[in-house]
Amino acid sequence: MADTITLTIDGQEVSVPKGTTLLKAAEKVGKDVPHYCYHDGLSSPAMCRLCLVEVQGAPKPMPACVTQAMDGQVVSTESELALDMRRGVLEFYLVNHPLDCPICDMSGECHLQDYVHEEGRDHGRSREPKRVFGRDDFGGDVLFYGDRCVMCTRCVRFMNEVEQDQRLCVVERGNRSVIDTFFERGLEGTHWHDNIVDLCPVGALVSKDFLHKARAWDLDHTPSVCPSCSQGCNIELHTRDNLVQRLKPRENLEVNAFWMCDHGRLNYEWINHGERAEAPLVRDQGGVKAMGWKEALTLLVARLGDVEGTVKAVASPFASNEDLAALQALVESLGGGDIVYRMPRAEDEIVLKGFPTLARRRDLAPNGRGADLLGLRRVGGDDGTGGLEDVSAHAGVVIVLGDGLADQGADFASGAALRVHLGTRSGPAVATADFVLPITTFAEQEGTFTNHEGRVQRFWPALNAPGLARPAWLVLGALVAEGTGSETPRRADEAFARLVAAHDAFSGLSYDDIGTRGAVVNDTVPLSGD
Amino acid sequence: MAYPYVSDREVRVLSKYFGDPAQRRLDTYVERGGYQALKKAFEIGQDAVIDEVKTSGLRGRGGAGFPAGVKWSFMPKQPTKPHYLLCNADESEPGTFKDRELMRWDPHQLIEGILIASYAIRAKHAYIYCRGEFFEATQVLAKAVEDAYAKGYAGADIMGSGNDIDITVHVGAGAYICGEETGLMNSLEGRRGQPRVKPPFPAAVGAFGMPSTVNNVETLSAVPHIITHGGQWYRQWGTEKSPGTKLFCVSGHVNKPGNYELPLGFPLTELIEDVCGGMRDGKALKAVIPGGSSVPLLNAEECGRCNLDYEGVQAVGSMLGCASVIVMDEDTDIVKQVRRMVQFYAHESCGQCTPCREGTAWMTKVLLRIEEGRGTEEDLDTLLEMSRQMTGTTICVLSDSAAAPVVSSIQKFKDEYLALIRRGERVGVA
Ligand SMILES: Cc1cc2nc3c(=O)[nH]c(=O)nc-3n(C[C@H](O)[C@H](O)[C@H](O)COP(=O)(O)O)c2cc1C
Ligand code: SF4
Ligand code: SF4
Ligand code: SF4
Repeated sequence: MADTITLTIDGQEVSVPKGTTLLKAAEKVGKDVPHYCYHDGLSSPAMCRLCLVEVQGAPKPMPACVTQAMDGQVVSTESELALDMRRGVLEFYLVNHPLDCPICDMSGECHLQDYVHEEGRDHGRSREPKRVFGRDDFGGDVLFYGDRCVMCTRCVRFMNEVEQDQRLCVVERGNRSVIDTFFERGLEGTHWHDNIVDLCPVGALVSKDFLHKARAWDLDHTPSVCPSCSQGCNIELHTRDNLVQRLKPRENLEVNAFWMCDHGRLNYEWINHGERAEAPLVRDQGGVKAMGWKEALTLLVARLGDVEGTVKAVASPFASNEDLAALQALVESLGGGDIVYRMPRAEDEIVLKGFPTLARRRDLAPNGRGADLLGLRRVGGDDGTGGLEDVSAHAGVVIVLGDGLADQGADFASGAALRVHLGTRSGPAVATADFVLPITTFAEQEGTFTNHEGRVQRFWPALNAPGLARPAWLVLGALVAEGTGSETPRRADEAFARLVAAHDAFSGLSYDDIGTRGAVVNDTVPLSGD
Repeated sequence: MAYPYVSDREVRVLSKYFGDPAQRRLDTYVERGGYQALKKAFEIGQDAVIDEVKTSGLRGRGGAGFPAGVKWSFMPKQPTKPHYLLCNADESEPGTFKDRELMRWDPHQLIEGILIASYAIRAKHAYIYCRGEFFEATQVLAKAVEDAYAKGYAGADIMGSGNDIDITVHVGAGAYICGEETGLMNSLEGRRGQPRVKPPFPAAVGAFGMPSTVNNVETLSAVPHIITHGGQWYRQWGTEKSPGTKLFCVSGHVNKPGNYELPLGFPLTELIEDVCGGMRDGKALKAVIPGGSSVPLLNAEECGRCNLDYEGVQAVGSMLGCASVIVMDEDTDIVKQVRRMVQFYAHESCGQCTPCREGTAWMTKVLLRIEEGRGTEEDLDTLLEMSRQMTGTTICVLSDSAAAPVVSSIQKFKDEYLALIRRGERVGVA
């Protein structure tokens, strides 16, 4: 192909499309050329000078991040010259760097630590007093430790190029250069600023929320999907001691690139909420009794067999596709009935200007689209309340999945023949149900959400479930199996396979296809409200 | 005419009217033959102008010595976008003070050069980027531009030729780095004054993203003479590769420091002894920086065999730069001089590139420590290694410039460093 060129990098031949930079070409042969200022999501100022490589015939070492590969070029990322230049740049960084790793939040995942350990000198030779900037509150969730800054300007460029709300700049010049806000106007009021904490290759920009909360090496990382709106940003849950400590975006160019919004990032405390429903609770004449699953489900199957009347169900857009489909299968097996859900909605979308397919969507839950595709009906107001008058007045079976009924009183569905509640927490309207069955959150189970554009995305369990809480698909699947004499699904992928079999929109999809990047459903129905 | 010092060895082409305030007036300038070169340029056409300048061999006087005619020929011949000429009047290299004089004494010579160059590169707008501290020079120049507009030598339909060229005088805020051509463009556009990564080069993507040419004040001031008299005429002075005359800014320990216009290839010794009246107080020569603070310094022996043209200075291991000759006598504290220069670069570094941002400041601190008698011999190795890692590794050559005097002084005047280190060891401060 005319548009492909072939060059040699560290002795390995590699073919790349014309216009590819040496940095990207080197990646192809497995060489990660150290760099700070370069980032896939930003412009390339070629200023950190860490990615200098030797190009045969060139009079000077070349910055790999902006130098375009040329046919027949011979490049070395590890020649004596390249290593010497990198050693030099790394030592220059340490001239003024405080090396306060023991109290630095970045320690353990810091690129300065990594690079210096790998290629730097054992000891920096500077004996001179260091420059001191101290600490600054940049507003929002961000603290700035100026002394740790390596002046890569990623943060400035993110605000200018991606969020496109100029809030940061470099002031002064030379080694007096420092990142600053425009007087008192910091990051307050911007919606994507925590991404600069991720972008910062060192501990210069840190999250106030995460400050001194955990050491990087103590955190487990679990791939997941942000539950705070219908965009479905790919994220990682960082956990320790069975608690989510922070959320970080996970790269997916088709959904969120490298970014996530501040609302989603900081909205995780509810996952760690301590007061959880931990055992099945069953109400009978003698009051409420906690019991094991076998006993509770046996009683429930019996009651479902006894009661007269149709079913009405309330589901939650926070529940996974598998959970919702299992609920639907149960309702079907009981003779069918209406399933509604309620959606908290924001006034506006918050679009990320530099990557406009990413926005904090108006729907503030991850799976409204999944609910729609499965035939659930949206009710209630934009505050996520109301709309349950029909259900509350229902005389037959009322099943609630995931909706905490916070706006309902103890008399919710008091006329129902049987009330079953699958949820994570109690509350006035929950406590009066006949059966309260503890289920897991998305962080405690495997499953999928369908985002606003119909992309089905997987998440994985990061936390141990409290007490006897189980995934709703498992509980509901067992009830269906009991009622219909079929098999109970044992794993999430089996639950998903049942969903696929029952719903055309999902046909052809499997957990393997979805992988960590997601896959789009083959039908699109308009998302209610959008 | 009593311009501070003159010498009969001079060939005063560009500096002919230095010291004569009448030359600033448009009517005097025209009476003395001014703006005839511009008229001729319009008559012979753009390509002939470029060819004439190529023939002359005129090299850029801003430091790099790139042939002006060749640079102009990089500009697109069929403009699809606006072109810009940028006159670099940011003169801030320590030891350099020629552009200011050209602007102060003969502003119309520069304006005429700018108009001819703009015409040649098909630019309809020229900017003169003036150093922020040049209050008087900028005022003189701005007045001259106003006069040129008033008399139809600038603006629309210049001299009835149908050519439109606007000239804007832009005043910088006083930063050395804005003299680097791409830093200049950023500053002109209202951005942070910091050099851009090349490629793309200015002839493709320059000021405001448009094809642009940057030339130094002295380069442009020579252009009217070349157009008037022809490229061959200019070659009667200088050498084959470095033709013409050049302003030498001599400072330091000579009896008559100042600006002297001499043919390129002039021997350095004669410049000091003859033109500048010899060393001050009869002291011995210790070192010379031949081309402004950015170039390696020469010791007395090297000075003795140095001819002042681009190749001649290179032959003794330094560079002609902008021909700012800083002369130092036997009493000069070399370490202090070098430290002072490096400190300047540390102050002026724009701070983008790590080796420059950190290296210049670190070097300053090490040199200061050595000066104070708290240095060690290892410091010299560190300085040399730092210099190596600061050379050829950055976006612009400011970093190289800071390293050059450090390396050359350690190579050539190591004894002075060692003496300071030893003295410190003796009194026990190290
Ligand atoms: C750090 C730095 C500072 C510079 N300062 C000046 C300056 O003040 N004036 C100047 O004419 N050129 C300066 N230059 C050179 C310009 O980048 C450019 O080469 C020159 O203006 C081109 O004009 P010429 O070809 O006519 O010499 C500087 C270069 C560097 C790297
Ligand atoms: S930024 Fe990195 S090297 Fe610096 S103190 Fe923090 S962990 Fe240590
Ligand atoms: S604060 Fe961080 S991201 Fe910003 S310039 Fe400094 S090191 Fe780079
Ligand atoms: S070398 Fe120095 S002055 Fe030049 S661009 Fe880099 S940091 Fe700025």
